[in-house]
Amino acid sequence: MKNEMYVEFSSLSQNESFARVTVAAFVSQLDPTMDELTEIKTVVSEAVTNAIIHGYNSEPHHKIALSCVLNNGEVELTIRDEGRGIDNIPQAREPLYTSKPDLERSGMGFTIIENFMDSVEVISSPKKGTTVHMTKQLSKSKTVLK
Amino acid sequence: MGLSYTFDRKKDVLIVRLAGELDHHESEALRSEWKDMMYKSPVKHVVLNFKDVSFMDSSGLGVILGRYKEVLQLGGEMVVCSIPPSIKRLFDMAGLFKIVRSEESEQFALQSLGVAS
Repeated sequence: MKNEMYVEFSSLSQNESFARVTVAAFVSQLDPTMDELTEIKTVVSEAVTNAIIHGYNSEPHHKIALSCVLNNGEVELTIRDEGRGIDNIPQAREPLYTSKPDLERSGMGFTIIENFMDSVEVISSPKKGTTVHMTKQLSKSKTVLK
Repeated sequence: MGLSYTFDRKKDVLIVRLAGELDHHESEALRSEWKDMMYKSPVKHVVLNFKDVSFMDSSGLGVILGRYKEVLQLGGEMVVCSIPPSIKRLFDMAGLFKIVRSEESEQFALQSLGVAS
C-alpha cells in the first residue's frame, strides 16, 4: 500500500527538529527498527539543515518542502528548497568538504546521508534551488517480501 | 526536545555534559557558551559527556571539531565519554576517534587526565 505526506515550512533552524520528528512519526507505521528510525531522522536533519544554511544562506523567510512516500516498506524522502543551488555537486558530496568553514560545518552532511540511505540523488541548478531525493528499504519489510 | 548542557570544572579540566538533541539549531548557543567557558576559566583539557544525548547530526560534529582545535591550541586533550551507539557511528564516519579519545565513563575520562573524581 502506498501512503504519502507533504509538508512545507519556513527556513528556520527550529524547524530542523520539527521536520525529523514529523517524518519519524509518519514512518513509524512501518514499524522500523530504532536504528532505522535514527538514520531517517538524521538524514532529514542533514538535508533540512543544508537547505537552511546553504540553500537560503540562513535567511528565515523562505520555504522548504518535504515529502515522504511509503511504498512496500520503502521510504522515499524528498527535500526541496528554491535557494541558491549547488555549483559543484560532486564536490559538495565529498566527505569533509564545506563551503562554509567559518560556520564550523563538519562537511559530513552528504556523507552521512549516503551512508544511511540506499540511494541519494541531488538535483540542483544555480539560483533555482536544490532537491535531494533519497530512498531506503526497511529491513523488516524486506523479510516480509521474501 | 531541545538541548540542555552544564559546565563543570575539575582542576584544569572543563567538563561539558550534554542532554537532549544536538543539531544545527541547538549548536549555535552551545558553541558560544562553550567558547566562553574555555576562555574564562583556567582549563586545558575538555571532557565531553554524551550520556544523555538522544540525537546528534553533522552540526554536532562541527561544534566538537571546532572546540577540539581550541583545546589543541591550549596544549590540552579532548576526551569524550559515555557515547551512545548511534552517535558512535557518526564519530566513526567522521574519523573523530583518530583525534579524540573515548572513555566509558566520565570518571574514567577524568582519571585518564590525572583528575581523581
